[in-house]
This record gives sequence, structure tokens and C-alpha cells, in this order.
Amino acid sequence: MSLANAFFAIIKRDLVLAMRRRSEIANPLLFFILVITLFPLGIGAQPHLLQSIAPGIIWVSALLAAMLSLDSLFRSDFDDGSLEQILLSAHPASLLVLAKVVAHWLVTGLPLLIVAPLLAIFLGMPTNSLGILLLTLLLGTPVLSLIGAIGVALTVGLRRGGMILSLLVLPLYVPVLIFASNAVEMAGAGLPIQAQLNILISFLFMAVFLAPWPTAAALKMSIN
Amino acid sequence: MLGSLNYSLQANSLSCIRDDRVLFEDLSFTVNAGQVLLLEGKNGSGKTSLLRILCGFREPDAGELSWCGDALSDSSYFADLAYVGHLEGVKKELTVYENLKVALALGQAGSYSIMEALTRVNLEDFADVLVGALSAGQKRRLSLARLLITKNILWILDEPFTSLDRQGIALIETLMFEHCAKGGMIVLTSHHDLTLQGVDVQRIMLS
Repeated sequence: MSLANAFFAIIKRDLVLAMRRRSEIANPLLFFILVITLFPLGIGAQPHLLQSIAPGIIWVSALLAAMLSLDSLFRSDFDDGSLEQILLSAHPASLLVLAKVVAHWLVTGLPLLIVAPLLAIFLGMPTNSLGILLLTLLLGTPVLSLIGAIGVALTVGLRRGGMILSLLVLPLYVPVLIFASNAVEMAGAGLPIQAQLNILISFLFMAVFLAPWPTAAALKMSIN
Repeated sequence: MLGSLNYSLQANSLSCIRDDRVLFEDLSFTVNAGQVLLLEGKNGSGKTSLLRILCGFREPDAGELSWCGDALSDSSYFADLAYVGHLEGVKKELTVYENLKVALALGQAGSYSIMEALTRVNLEDFADVLVGALSAGQKRRLSLARLLITKNILWILDEPFTSLDRQGIALIETLMFEHCAKGGMIVLTSHHDLTLQGVDVQRIMLS
């Protein structure tokens, strides 16, 4: 009971903080929209080309938006000492960290899901693959947040950890990108995509169960 | 009063080495229920490092700590501990009350309710004020209110008197006295002279 209490208190706290800061929600979302709207301008009047690369565009943009938002995950808690208090709690640190990641995904990942169908239509993606696009984002973006959390936890103590963070995290994002954008493309062509979805689901489960431990351990190292 | 068990914190020949510099070595002490341990020493003498070792943020380079005779990880140590460090550990975008609510959710309810604790530290009129609007001394009192609302035995305080005015200092000393009288214990660093009458104060000079 009290652990569930602490878990939801952290989620609620982070959501309230995000509502009061706003830019935390707006930044990744604006980035996502801007990047996607720039592609048609750059490519020019070639609707077929745009249509065929749409899944890739949306997924790459989502991945970059997720990475851009990562730094805010632990930064302010690290700077004002709240992180010390969270890690000192008698509750398992990994679960409290998971709560923070959940809140972070609700703030930065979920808005992408909401605007993605609109942007997909804008790029001319076939309507039969819209559902699959949403499904892959729903399965994939939490994995990005969870894996990213390990990287941020390792670099939060460094003043300029941004570059190292990208180098650490990007290679781990690649499998998600490959399977997710491939699933959307295949769905557009009417091919079966069960295998890709299964792999994404297994990624999600693995990330939920395995990522919080190294994240908590890395945070303990960082506040040292 | 805080339970029938006789609490004690023991340190056995601790040492801490930072950047090839020995801050302290072979440091042993025992703090029993009702006692205060005051760490003194110059800046950079390892006071904060020792407190962070006690909090489990750092591993001692040698030696061990035990809580009621058991190793820290095998005991209820982290549930019995409350820490106020250099950083306040409060969010400036949340109100005073919201901050304490989170702190309460992370620990176990103590003897004071949130409003009682705020009254105790003279912040009762600020419950709905954003912490960003508080002065440094008020923030410090808020972080000390956290000690009251959660159930804990051992207070670890790093320079608790920083940015407090004279009444604030007197208030904290009263709270510390009451905590010890109830069978709690305190480890702190301070440049301020402690005036705790009737409390067993041990001093360790780090050099």
C-alpha cells in the first residue's frame, strides 16, 4: 500500500511539475511537429516519395524528440537535491525511478502519439497503416524513455553530458527504430506484421522489467 | 519512546579517500539513542563526505557501519534515517504543502501531521505558497519540517543552521532537544556553537 502510495505520489508530483513548467511538454512536441513539417518542404512536390518514407520520417522524428526530452528526466531533481531524498527513501529506488519514467513518458511521449496520426495524414500515409503507426509508437516510445533513463542516470552528474548521452543511447534505440518503422511500412503494403509487433512487445516488457535497476544504480553513482 | 529497541549507530575504523587525499582514517564512534554527534573541522576536512557515507551515498574506503549491531543493508537503517543536506531537496514549482506531501509519501508517517509540522516551524501561513517564493531561511525551515512529518530515529543534518535567523536557530535547537528526549539521535555538522542543555553531545574533530 505504502509503496503504491509513493509510486503514485511521484507520478503525480512530476505531472504537476510538468504542468507548471509547460516547456517540458511543449519542447519535444514542437520539435516533432517542426521536423516532420520541414520534410515536405525539403523534398518538394514528390508525394509518392514522401508517402513511401513517411513511416521512417515519423519514427526518426519521434526518436529524436524522445532523446531531446531525456535531459529533463532527472536534471532538476539532481540540481535541487530531491533525487537524494528519493534515493534515501526506504522504498526500492528502482520502482520510484520507474514512476519518474512513467510520468516522463506521459508528459513527453504521449503527446507525440496524439499528434502523430495527423502528421501521418499530412505526409500522405495510407490510412490502413495509421493504426499500426499508433500501435508501434505506443509500444516503442516507452522503450525509448526507459532505455534513455539509464543513459541520463549515468550522465546527469556531468555538466555537459549531452553528447555522451546521445552516443550512449542512440545505438540502443536503433532496434526499436528498425522494427517499428518496418512494421508501419509493411502494414501500408498489406503484409503481415505480427513478428515485428511481437518483438516490440518483448522490447517493452524487457525494458520495463530490466531498465529501472541499472537506472537506479547509475543514479546512486551519480549523486556520489 | 520511539520503540522499545535500543538504537545505536556504530562506525568501525572508517576511512575516506578523495582524489588521493586521505580525509580521515580509522575513525570509530558509536551514537546511542538520545545522543548527538557533532562533527567539527575546517572546510574540506571531510565532514560532508562522512555524512554522505552515513547516508549510504558513498561507500567508505575502509571500515564498516552498523545499525543496532547489523550491517546497514540488513537492517531497517534507511527507514529510520532522515537527511537534510546542503541542497534543500524541495521543488520550487510546488507549494510548501505539496512538497511535504511527497516527502510523507516517500517515508512513513511520523508524530506530526503536515500542518502541525508547519506550525512548529512557523510556516503555517505559507502552506499554499510556491516554494520558489520563499526566502532561503524559510526553505531551510521547510526542509527541517520534513524531519518532523516522517517517522525516523536518526537525523543527519549538514549545516542545519545555514541562513537561519536567531529565532530559527533557537527553534531548531528546541526540535533537536525534543528529538533526543524522545530517544532519537542526531549526527550533524555545524560551525555554529550548539547550546543543547541536558543532551549528551559527542564531538569529533576532523582535521
